[in-house]
Amino acid sequence: MSFPDPKLVCRNVWKLFGADARSWLEAGGTAADGEGMAAAGLVGAVRDVNLEVREGEIFVIMGLSGSGKSTLVRCLSRLIEPTSGEILFKGENLLAASSQRMIEIRRHLMGMVFQHFALLPHLSVLDNVAFPLDIQGMGRAGREARAREVIDLVGLAGREDAFPRQLSGGQQQRVGIARSLAVEPEIWFLDEPFSALDPLIRREMQDEFMRLQSVLRKTIVFITHDFDEAIRLADRIAIMKDGVIVQAGTPEEIVLKPATDYVSEFTRNVTRAKVVRAESLMTAGGSEDAGPKVDARATIAEAAPLFLDGASQLGVTGADGAVIGTLHRDAVVSLMLKG
Amino acid sequence: MASPDAHLSSPAAGPWSASHASRVPVVWGVVLIAFVGFWLYGRSLAGWAFDYPRGWTVPAARWISAAMKWLINDATFGLFSFTDMTRFISAIVELPYRLAQSLLSTGFLEGSGSSAVQILPPLPWLAVVGAVALMGHALGGRRLAALVSACFLFIAVFGQWSSAMTTLASILVAAPLGVILGLLCGVAAVRWRGFERALSPLLDLMQTIPVFAYLVPVLFLFGFGPTAAVIATLIYATPPMTRITILSLRAVPSEVIDLGNMVGCTRRQMTWRILVPTARESLMVGMNQVIMLSLNMVIIASMIGAGGLGFDVLAALRRLDFGAGLEAGLAIVALAIALDRLSQAAAHRLATPLKSDARKGFAARHPYLLAALATIGIASLLALVLPWVHTYPQSMQLSTGAFWSDVVAWINVNYFDTLEAAKNAVLLNILIPFKRLLATLPWLGVVGLLGFAGFRLGGLRLALLTAGLSFLIAATGQWEKAMITVYLCGISVIIASLIGIPIGIVTASRDRLWSVVQVIIDTLQTLPSFVYLMPAVMLFRVGDFTAMIAIVAFAVAPAIRYTVLGIRKVDPRLIEAGRAMGCTEWQLLTRIKLKLAFPEIMLGLNQTIMFALSMLVITALVGTRDLGQEVYIALTKADTGRGLVAGLAVAFIAIIADRLISAGAGRVRARLGLE
Repeated sequence: MSFPDPKLVCRNVWKLFGADARSWLEAGGTAADGEGMAAAGLVGAVRDVNLEVREGEIFVIMGLSGSGKSTLVRCLSRLIEPTSGEILFKGENLLAASSQRMIEIRRHLMGMVFQHFALLPHLSVLDNVAFPLDIQGMGRAGREARAREVIDLVGLAGREDAFPRQLSGGQQQRVGIARSLAVEPEIWFLDEPFSALDPLIRREMQDEFMRLQSVLRKTIVFITHDFDEAIRLADRIAIMKDGVIVQAGTPEEIVLKPATDYVSEFTRNVTRAKVVRAESLMTAGGSEDAGPKVDARATIAEAAPLFLDGASQLGVTGADGAVIGTLHRDAVVSLMLKG
Repeated sequence: MASPDAHLSSPAAGPWSASHASRVPVVWGVVLIAFVGFWLYGRSLAGWAFDYPRGWTVPAARWISAAMKWLINDATFGLFSFTDMTRFISAIVELPYRLAQSLLSTGFLEGSGSSAVQILPPLPWLAVVGAVALMGHALGGRRLAALVSACFLFIAVFGQWSSAMTTLASILVAAPLGVILGLLCGVAAVRWRGFERALSPLLDLMQTIPVFAYLVPVLFLFGFGPTAAVIATLIYATPPMTRITILSLRAVPSEVIDLGNMVGCTRRQMTWRILVPTARESLMVGMNQVIMLSLNMVIIASMIGAGGLGFDVLAALRRLDFGAGLEAGLAIVALAIALDRLSQAAAHRLATPLKSDARKGFAARHPYLLAALATIGIASLLALVLPWVHTYPQSMQLSTGAFWSDVVAWINVNYFDTLEAAKNAVLLNILIPFKRLLATLPWLGVVGLLGFAGFRLGGLRLALLTAGLSFLIAATGQWEKAMITVYLCGISVIIASLIGIPIGIVTASRDRLWSVVQVIIDTLQTLPSFVYLMPAVMLFRVGDFTAMIAIVAFAVAPAIRYTVLGIRKVDPRLIEAGRAMGCTEWQLLTRIKLKLAFPEIMLGLNQTIMFALSMLVITALVGTRDLGQEVYIALTKADTGRGLVAGLAVAFIAIIADRLISAGAGRVRARLGLE
């Protein structure tokens, strides 16, 4: 597979709280040296994080509360000033940018959705969505036209004149999403966008989010504490614990090869069939007449019903439609029986 | 089976906690015994520790007076002198005040003094009533409209219209200025840490220093008259607005601030487009506070020339005309209720917008404004031909003043002996012994004791503060008067707590009773403090006892309020747990509710002390001999130094009490695990 260029690169990013954090780092502090850090009176919210977010992918940062994921996403947008490291956005080091330049970047290139929506209570839905454009100095007609477009996109047409407190949680987050999209950002940060919602609404909003992404193809950094959500939405996942990324990879890699016991705690209850893709379970090679065809990117759960017609094997097709392997019924059954 | 609780309280829980628990009373005991010993036997050894030697007195009053003289006569900022600046400030306040007053009360005049000719009459009373009714309807519907028009009608019917309009004019100028000033200070404090650091001790001081104390310098700098009164009102009403602004801007959720940064707000946009609008619900509460505080100041401000209702009350008090004073006082209350409800409704309306109507025409957006303008226009035209539209007809005015005076006279004729006996009993058995006791205490011992209390409760810094401030009181030669202040305040606070806390306990668990009591104490707090003084003076004439009655009446409200709030804040699950364990109602109250509400009740005590001190200064009018009297005398003599020094001494007492109690409450709260 060929990967597009990384849009956002994060190199050796640290965020330490406490006095003299910088000198501790310069003296050779490492992420592995948790005890030394504690002895120096420092709290490491983000420790030596390296990651690359590629153009058009959904990159999920998953961690429990206190793992530093929210701090990390705020470092990426420089809402929080990292203690050290480099953050390259389209090749430009954000940490070297002037505050004027940061205002420019945030106004035009970044969008963010917040856990508790962060809607302005005194503004109507329309004005909330148009707010980022207003801040940029866009005229009323232009910003309202654009706001109506995105309000339509998130399915809130007709509620333009409502105020945030008159909306349900799900609707409020739709406003938050619309607002973050109003400026057509190149990178889209979502900080636990669905965590404050009821489970049913959360599911609905996840579907809605996937629908939006299939249209928009944004580069996304998505924060969550919900491993199932991460598996469902992510192209790639980074799992954080105590400020350190313990494993990064596709959902499949993480489920099949958890790097640590901590990670396998999460993966244990994941239904393998929903994560594992046909290409991982197939045996290479195969002929055109091997049976029904299935896409290599399809999950086993999607492929399994094809066996119902009595076929014992499926032809797995690559991106160009040619058969690249064979998926055997026995392999699928044994995977599904294992959970 | 060992429950965790039993384990904690057992001596085996650790040598530290056990020895710590027993060490506190021992240390206190030693210190108290030393103090009492020194008090009883120390006079012959070190007389200077009992009566602060005159020769050591720091002549702070003289220094301050000299500094003020220098400010007025010589100080300059290069381009302009200090006097130019005060004149400039006066001018800023004067212009809108003149406008409001002409509009509401005097009419527009040509010339000055008795030769003035009215070129335009003031607004007809009917127009004002109509306008406020419309305002009420716009903000809170028919009920509010009825309430506010009833308040204004009340003022007209009882013949207080003209004075009330003068008062209203000064509020209309002071309140918006106070809100704007407070908002700007608050915003600046949030934005610049250094500014906040400079501001916050000043705010503390402003909140505790008695109003009288800064009337003196204001009088000195701005002269006698309504402008000076408005400025004094501003000084009084702005600090709370500043505080509320700081608190409410700080309370804006961090996510909303992140949002502001993410959409690329500049600092100015962050302040005015994100922080202030998001916080506006609490800011509106501040606005309401400013209005109520301005009304509180009405009577006091009339001492430096505010005129209006405040002057009427003050004059009535001086000639002991209870009826007239009561009517003017009630007119202030009516004004207070109307403005309070209007501003609360405005706050509510602004905080919860219903629909955005920015796209409608002007007339459609402002129907009430147009209706009010029309009412005023029509009434003004009618007033040209119908005099009763312009001025409320005298023949239809009511007065109950004579009736009230008769009631008081009747009580005095028939119950004089009973009242006198009660008064003398309390005076002889409680007040005077307590006063004597405090008067004989050695100042050095008290300073030391306060320092020790500060050290135990809050460490070295608090110890330095309490000892330092109390030493300053002695060093400026205020010790004797300060002890009288402490005595009156102390007795009153004890009595107010003895009345207020039980009422609070009884009320807390009864919702309907509480809603009634709440209305009563809210009303008590809206009443200008002078109103309390009058019946007390009528019945008991001047003196400490009268002052005490007035202070208790004024200070009982916070004692009740905080007790109720404290008890109601106790987690209902704990009470449920107590019930499940089989507690009786009494056990529930003493073992759970009161225990957990204790920090809150202590804060109530704190507030009670603050209220008592602020009332204490006012009771100087009925002839107490404390620091308040000192300030009052300084005011009549325009002696800035003397007034400020005495005022600061009151502020120091308040600060010492406040810090000690807050530190104590904090410790208890930490021990109860409520933090």
